[in-house]
Amino acid sequence: MPKDNSIRKVLVIGSGPIIIGQAAEFDYAGTQACRSLKEEGIEVVLLNSNPATIMTDKDIADHVYIEPLTTEVVEAIIRKEKPDSILPTLGGQAGLNLAMELEEKGILKNLDVRLIGTTSRTIRRAEDRLEFKEAMEKIGEPVAPSQVVRNIEDGEKFARRIGYPVVLRPAYTLGGSGGGIANNQEELDEILENGLRLSRVGEVLVERSIAGWKEIEYEVMRDCAGNVITVCNMENIDPVGVHTGDSIVVAPSQTLGDKEYQMLRTSALNIITELGITGGCNVQYALKPDSFEYCVIEVNPRVSRSSALASKATGYPIAKVAAKIALGYTLDEIRNAITGKTYASFEPMLDYCVVKMPRLPFDKFITARRSLSTQMKATGEVMSICTNFEGALMKAIRSLEQHVDSLMSYDFSRLDDEQLHKKLQDVDDQRIWVIAEALRRGFTREGIYKATKIDPWFLDKIAHLTEMEKALKEQPLTEELLREAKRMEFPDNVIASLTGKTQEEIHQLREKAGIHASFRMVDTCAAEFEAQTPYYYSVYDGGEDEAAEAAGKHDKKKVLVLGSGPIRIGQGIEFDFCSVHCTWAFQKAGFETIIINNNPETVSTDFDIADKLYFEPLTPEDVENVVRLEKPDGAVVQFGGQTAIKLTSALMKMGVRILGTDADDVDAAEDRERFDEVLERCGITRPKGETVFTADEAKAVADRLGYPVLVRPSYVLGGAGMRIAISDEDIDSYIGNINRYAQDHPILVDKYMMGREIEVDAVCDGTDILIPGIMEHIERAGIHSGDSISVYPAKDLSKEVKTVIESYTRSLAQNLHVIGMMNVQFIVRDDGVYIIEVNPRSSRTVPYISKVTGIPIVPLATRVILGEKIRDMGYTPGLQPEADYFAVKMPVFSFEKIRDADVTLGPEMKSTGECLGIAKTFDEALYKAFLGAGVRLPKYSNMIITVCDEEKPEMIDIARRFSKIGYTIYSTHGTWKALRAEGIPARQVNKLEKDSPNMMDLILGHRIDLVIDIPNRGIEHQQDGFLIRRAAIETGVNVITAVDTARALITSLEDNSVTKLSLVDIADIDRR
Amino acid sequence: MGSAAYLILEDGTLLKGESVGSRREVISEIVFNTSMTGYLEVLTDPSYAGQAVVMTYPLIGNYGVSFEDMESSRPWLSAFIVREFSRIPSNFRSEDTIQNFLTRYDIPGISGIDTRALTKTLRNRGTMNGMITTRDYAPEEIRALLPRIKAYRTGDVVSRVSCREKYEFTDGGMNVPWPNLVGSRVELEEEAGNGRRTEKNPAGIAEGIISADDPALAGTPIAQKAADEREQAYVRLSEKAARQHLRVAVMDFGMKRNIGRSLVHRGCRVTVYPAWTTADEILADQPDGIMLSNGPGDPKDCGEIIRQVRRLYESDVPVFAICLGHQLMALAAGGDTYKLKYGHRGGNHPVKDLKTGRVYISSQNHGYAVDEKSLGADVARPAFRNVNDGTNEGMTYLGKNIFTVQFHPEACPGPQDSGYLFDRFVRMMERVKSEKEGD
Repeated sequence: MPKDNSIRKVLVIGSGPIIIGQAAEFDYAGTQACRSLKEEGIEVVLLNSNPATIMTDKDIADHVYIEPLTTEVVEAIIRKEKPDSILPTLGGQAGLNLAMELEEKGILKNLDVRLIGTTSRTIRRAEDRLEFKEAMEKIGEPVAPSQVVRNIEDGEKFARRIGYPVVLRPAYTLGGSGGGIANNQEELDEILENGLRLSRVGEVLVERSIAGWKEIEYEVMRDCAGNVITVCNMENIDPVGVHTGDSIVVAPSQTLGDKEYQMLRTSALNIITELGITGGCNVQYALKPDSFEYCVIEVNPRVSRSSALASKATGYPIAKVAAKIALGYTLDEIRNAITGKTYASFEPMLDYCVVKMPRLPFDKFITARRSLSTQMKATGEVMSICTNFEGALMKAIRSLEQHVDSLMSYDFSRLDDEQLHKKLQDVDDQRIWVIAEALRRGFTREGIYKATKIDPWFLDKIAHLTEMEKALKEQPLTEELLREAKRMEFPDNVIASLTGKTQEEIHQLREKAGIHASFRMVDTCAAEFEAQTPYYYSVYDGGEDEAAEAAGKHDKKKVLVLGSGPIRIGQGIEFDFCSVHCTWAFQKAGFETIIINNNPETVSTDFDIADKLYFEPLTPEDVENVVRLEKPDGAVVQFGGQTAIKLTSALMKMGVRILGTDADDVDAAEDRERFDEVLERCGITRPKGETVFTADEAKAVADRLGYPVLVRPSYVLGGAGMRIAISDEDIDSYIGNINRYAQDHPILVDKYMMGREIEVDAVCDGTDILIPGIMEHIERAGIHSGDSISVYPAKDLSKEVKTVIESYTRSLAQNLHVIGMMNVQFIVRDDGVYIIEVNPRSSRTVPYISKVTGIPIVPLATRVILGEKIRDMGYTPGLQPEADYFAVKMPVFSFEKIRDADVTLGPEMKSTGECLGIAKTFDEALYKAFLGAGVRLPKYSNMIITVCDEEKPEMIDIARRFSKIGYTIYSTHGTWKALRAEGIPARQVNKLEKDSPNMMDLILGHRIDLVIDIPNRGIEHQQDGFLIRRAAIETGVNVITAVDTARALITSLEDNSVTKLSLVDIADIDRR
Repeated sequence: MGSAAYLILEDGTLLKGESVGSRREVISEIVFNTSMTGYLEVLTDPSYAGQAVVMTYPLIGNYGVSFEDMESSRPWLSAFIVREFSRIPSNFRSEDTIQNFLTRYDIPGISGIDTRALTKTLRNRGTMNGMITTRDYAPEEIRALLPRIKAYRTGDVVSRVSCREKYEFTDGGMNVPWPNLVGSRVELEEEAGNGRRTEKNPAGIAEGIISADDPALAGTPIAQKAADEREQAYVRLSEKAARQHLRVAVMDFGMKRNIGRSLVHRGCRVTVYPAWTTADEILADQPDGIMLSNGPGDPKDCGEIIRQVRRLYESDVPVFAICLGHQLMALAAGGDTYKLKYGHRGGNHPVKDLKTGRVYISSQNHGYAVDEKSLGADVARPAFRNVNDGTNEGMTYLGKNIFTVQFHPEACPGPQDSGYLFDRFVRMMERVKSEKEGD
């Protein structure tokens, strides 16, 4: 069936800010789909509130709206742009939910727009628990016995009937948000109450637990002619009970025979057929390990995280094909872009093994429980490819970038056998390390299987790895042993430490024996057909190198672009944005581009972005394998965040030229003493501070400077390990904390300075600089810039201060010899400008500032790196004229997903994503930004305020303003007294430890809109505030922990004129 | 580390690996299969007689061996070439390891081979012959061996793999919920009980999962719906029982068991005849339909069989043919076949039903194909084509009750998507039979 020609203009809905459960995979899917639509001559209108995405670029869509994802906004866009169709299946659950709301409200019908890709009936049948169950029963597909409940009593009743444990799944939520497993009534009550509130429709499914069964997923596709295929199946190493997003996953399935594989495959195809999905779909199964019994866990009638993984694992571009299907094409009409010969109506065959590992944020939330459950907690993931499972697992481990490189990286040797056995039962992110230790101790496989329900096949693979550790430790390192260790992907440094040799010695031994990595192609067809697409992975098996021939051709200059690895807090999707734009810019300049990255969720790992894609861990050794083969003419590190920057010196050792700012100058910006010299040369002041190595030194410095001080390790991103200390005790606890990791770099202690925080990104060509705009943070210094609300243009800086900022930036750029990107953070206090830090690389704010100013800074920086001058590119150097609108970047958090994480903002970054508000007035921009972040107020007009003494004076005015717009304020004694003294009406509530009704009762009453809780700086010693904040977050109440955020919020709420939103087409912004 | 084994290709390429299973030296044709599961079904598919199979999926043996999955009484291929054998099998049905299986049936295996590079060689240069040996030949010895390797022909393998005597095929007793065999899940549920009878749970007591007829759900719409469906299922089952009188004669050129099972499960009485049975003998038994099975080798090596198939073609008995059967029918009807460069072997081949435009993913195993143009437009019409390379995948014979397919609707291994063709065959036999009875 050819294309449906009545489709001419399509509105694509994106997934909004990055949160746990909805991450970069939707940028990848959306970008791929938009390009696929444009290829067909379709005019694309895009809506996504997330400015860090590639899909919101004007080269991806024709009209771009970075606006809140609400029905009002969509309605306004439809009226303005008049699309004939909406494609809702690419924006994850957020996009799907929005589409459903539009349908339910009759907006689609009124405005004569249709959904393509999938119908609302299909969405309902797949998403609504009861309808889904009925559909499954109709075609005889088993589902676990379950019942939808709307209140706790019904839940208890049903759970008693089917018996504990039960699984709870709220309807219409993201990443299993609010779900969990209850082993008894008490747990049921707790989870159910939370789940009922989080569900958009107030429904939770109570289901018999099938924990411990194998979890298997199928990615399937269907076109409008009814043709069905499976793209890939995947097996979760962690059995049912751990959210698939938090599981270690292998593709294809390893422990299923053909009978089981085909049984579930046929079932998946029957399901997609019955639901009538056109496009991609993900079906999750629980398969009983000792029979053919299975049940369908859930179906996602859209592209998903799993489909992104399946796409990267097989080379089959699911989102691209799904978009074509939405336009009416059938699978046999769509070409397989990898082979160029075959069609999309086939099933990829793998001749390798893929392992995905989740990247969990417990390094950021040290108070949080590490346990894994049906509630997803991972912020990102890594994928690895190898011809053997052991190797794929080892590669995935070292791709995680959390100080792990083998199964020995977490040490459980101190546990005695009994403790270890107990630890095996903990389902957490360190479980495979615990299993490895148990295997080293000689625990039986049966015993470990019993405790973990991880299939013995996987346990044997882990055992194989521990046997290799032992062999390396105990046997002489023969060539054969070394070859086998490398085949299993033991990195040189691990082999070195096990054999007592140096890494250099291992390297030489390998050279002598000719043990090198060779590269294989991901070709969708197990070599049955010739492939056109250079998408490679490495193996150490002495075989043929398929990348060698292409690498030998040298008709263009080659540049290596290093990706940014897994999405984690502090290093998000924005660096993928930068890597991809840099790649495109190099291509435009006539370079052959090579990307190395390991994140399956990103655009950069799509096989048609760079000329060549190497799907590899980002460690020096793995990168060297690529360098050895490709011999690039240069490498860019300034766009891949800290991951890439960390590889700079290794690359230089390999003899690779670093393009752009010299590594030595990067060091000058990071090294305290050298940086001080630079500042002195420039005549710039900074908060006083010193470099130390021990806690005692730190305390001495703090004493000299006077508390509060800011302590942090040098070379950080996302404020990793940064703290404000108000006492010696804080410093002790801090140093104890960060010393858990090897400290290659010293610790900085600075005087903490209160003031307005200003940030600029600049392109520097050695002579001139280009500053697209000055951004001001709403929150004062002390809160990580990534967690601050950022406003462009800066609202109330004097002309003089702006000039100072411009000239400081210029002289820093010149003195640090920056070529390319630079990010500078300032503190402005009483019109004095101080510098906090300079990062001679791309930053988190680059996509945002590029979009709102219309200045494509990544391509410009790339051209500068290649030797062009700012003046020659059509720009007047210096600070660019300010826009006549405001753009507010709002951080978005995923606190509700991480039990026991502290929500207080501070110098350590905690947000997972961001959204944008853009409008003619500041108030409207701010209002839109809050709306985009999910703050929809007022509801009940009740709020809680608790403020530390230090901040009380500032809070008075804010409280008065909330009171004025009709808010009832509840406070504990101290704050209440302060408010009353100023004549602000407030009600007093008992603290937690006092009698009911106390603060907790109030929060659990579900009538509170907002909690403003401003704790003391420094490490909190009282649990009270922590508990209140957690309770609020977990019951869906907005929590604000900074005075400035509170002020911004009241400002946006006060202005009544902003309820009718205006629209800004980002694609029209071009300010050159 | 086990002892060494070598693969010597006819072009002199030497690959070293590790010997697994038999240490016998064999010469055979080398072909590759891209299935990711189903190695036991591949090993026991008689169509591989005379060939050594390279598995492109690198990890083989993961789920061990469960004998009920064998597609014939024993493995027929010459040798098995893999990248890596699993150290342990892991599956609840596993009864043995793949390594033991190869030893038991005296099949040489070789692991540690760069199967991707080998596959590319076969893809680029076409199917080649090769020798699998545990002897470490010197280079000049290898040169001397090459003419012998090159000269190898699979020859008349059909007579080797066919059954010796006519027999009734009654196997239907697999303990596997196998939708292809039983038509639909509803029937399966009915037959197996809600708890699904298994060895460990012979009574089929529902463990864990309650079903729609659980007492707890009595009176709910779900229960009503399930009851309605059960009623419909009974109707279908009784229809199935009514078919019991359909008698199918299968010509065994190397039949995979699931062809027989697929017919038995659709209520047919199945009689299997040796490949050399004459058409007269078969027609004398008055079957309602004739099934021409899959099988190994070059169809043109089956001269006498083709003559007998011609007789069947001339009769008015409905015929359904698979793979080699499809090729033999084409030759019998005056058409031609040719050798493909490297064949189709795997479970992901898209075939298009030319009548409906629907595309099905099929299981395939063939090195030869029917030249559809060689059959007159008045004799037969192409029914299926391969979406990848446009080769013929099925024919419908005009004015006859004969349809043939190149792919494997019986799956095992591979997708079950085209299992409906057995239903089509059954309906065809029913129609012809009722027409006859009506005469």
